[in-house]
Amino acid sequence: MHWIALKMLTGDRSKYLGLIFGVTFATVLMSQQVSIFVGIMARTGSQILDVRDADIWVMDNKVRYIDEVPGLRDNELLRVRGVPGVDWAVKLYKGQVRARLADGNFRNVILFGLDDATLAGAPETMVAGDLADLRRPDAVIIDTAGYEYMWPGEPVVLGRTLEMNDRRAVLVGVCKASAPFTTLPILYTRYSEAGRFVPKERHLMSFVLVKAAAGVETQTLCSRIEEQTGHSALTRDQFFWKTIRYFLASTGIPVNFGITITLGFIIGVAIAGQTFYLFTIENLRQFGALKAMGVSNGRIVGMILLQALVVGLLGYSIGVGLTAIFFESTGHITHLAGLHMYWQIMLGTGAAVLVIVVLASLLSIRRVLVTETAIVFRT
Amino acid sequence: MLGLLRKQQRFTPAAPVASHEAGPTAAVHCRGVTKRFGSADSGTWALRGVDLEVPPGQMTLLVGPSGCGKTTLISIVAGLLEPTAGEVQVLGAEFARLSGGSLVRFRGANIGFVFQQYNLLPALTALENAAVPLLIAGQVRRQALAKTAAVMEAVGLGDKLHSLPSQLSGGQQQRVAIARALVHEPRLLVCDEPTAALDADSGRTVMELLRRVAVQPGRAVIVVTHDSRVFSFGDAIVHMSDGRIDRIDGSPRV
Repeated sequence: MHWIALKMLTGDRSKYLGLIFGVTFATVLMSQQVSIFVGIMARTGSQILDVRDADIWVMDNKVRYIDEVPGLRDNELLRVRGVPGVDWAVKLYKGQVRARLADGNFRNVILFGLDDATLAGAPETMVAGDLADLRRPDAVIIDTAGYEYMWPGEPVVLGRTLEMNDRRAVLVGVCKASAPFTTLPILYTRYSEAGRFVPKERHLMSFVLVKAAAGVETQTLCSRIEEQTGHSALTRDQFFWKTIRYFLASTGIPVNFGITITLGFIIGVAIAGQTFYLFTIENLRQFGALKAMGVSNGRIVGMILLQALVVGLLGYSIGVGLTAIFFESTGHITHLAGLHMYWQIMLGTGAAVLVIVVLASLLSIRRVLVTETAIVFRT
Repeated sequence: MLGLLRKQQRFTPAAPVASHEAGPTAAVHCRGVTKRFGSADSGTWALRGVDLEVPPGQMTLLVGPSGCGKTTLISIVAGLLEPTAGEVQVLGAEFARLSGGSLVRFRGANIGFVFQQYNLLPALTALENAAVPLLIAGQVRRQALAKTAAVMEAVGLGDKLHSLPSQLSGGQQQRVAIARALVHEPRLLVCDEPTAALDADSGRTVMELLRRVAVQPGRAVIVVTHDSRVFSFGDAIVHMSDGRIDRIDGSPRV
């Protein structure tokens, strides 16, 4: 009977392709939009994840997310260092400044000021130059996407100069860094240099990065730091999710993406459901004939579910493939780099497609089951 | 929906289906069969107490004007409709005592159908369409198709095995439907207006074919028709009107 079900399904080419198109469309819309949404949300906290050498971020206890941070007094660093269980603690500046290029153009950039002695929080992978060159006077390192943004289409040339706060900066390296939420270049410099590049602020230190001593439980140390300093101390993951939660709660991004994803699901249900229902209605007499000839309701249900599952599997496979092609072909575009399809999204989309085809087939199944078999004798 | 599925299981499992030899001599035995469509107060009576016996080895024609209850009667005889009241015994099996699943299996094994609109599956070739009852019975496809090819030869369609229904004339499609009805060697063949959609020549050819290949010892053939041109093919003619049997020309008795 499975063979007959598949022949019935593929026999009507236009409806067969229409069904697959409906599921494919829903799959592409859901998998691509969810992937972009998750990618963008991950970008909001990507700079937190890029700092791999510290366990804990200490900040003002009113901080809501990484891009809105008031400075701490310098002596807060010493207070943190005095908390039992702290292996080391260093200062970190993170903020936005305006950089003017040699040709007079200017760009807003994200500036990281790293501890002069340890360079804690520095990028892990250099594409050009050496991290040690950051110790040279006026030195800055830029991420690859930022270099393309600042000097589009130009080959990597070290020694270029730019100005921030009317202070000269020299490019000594290009590094890899995760794309930020806003497509701004990321510049790394020493903390002492950051003090020159940033317009005068009384307190420059945005964060204190902390490494827990061996054997000290990170969460315990966070509580201890908060208790002794009155500041917020979060693990890397906690700060990452705090930032994401801020963007989820305070921006229209989830609503917009949510609407698109929901529409994708609804359209998938509508197209697949309507087409599948029409397909069943047109075959109602044939199903009736099969029932008359000895096919049980259970086998009829099995036939319809098989048809739905085949359509779902094909549509899902094509849809996921198209999404993969999209991300593969846009990976070289700077502002889309780093966005990709997560395996969890593939699974989630698969589950949604399963719901779509089951919903689509339920109506059809019901119609076939309630239809009197004697319909075959009517003209 | 689950309720619909369970509907097949609501009857007490029936006794094993009696063989033809063990049952009464009539292939079909109806006593006081009535059928009402709609509610008790405003419904319509399609059958008003039908008594009928159809012997095997004969072709019995059910004739009468539109709306007289012919199609309702064969739907009940074929186990596709439940009567409102009365007793129906087919090939020794009392339908009222069969569970839904048993009735479906009984139908698949013992009854062949020829429909006015053929009801062929458009995506299947003529050979595949005719093999459907064997596939339903669980036969391996290759064996089923091989056996069906011989039946297709018998109905004169040996050269159209791989044609789709859309590539066949009405008469040819009905011959495929007859092959499909006979391929699993049923003991009761039910034909609903098999010539209604055909021209006179094709209709005669189909009836000759039914007469030649369908009527066999041990198999009863019931043909519903209002086409008086084919009356001569029946061994018995049951005349119906207004949900009742008026008279019978030939051997079946009321």
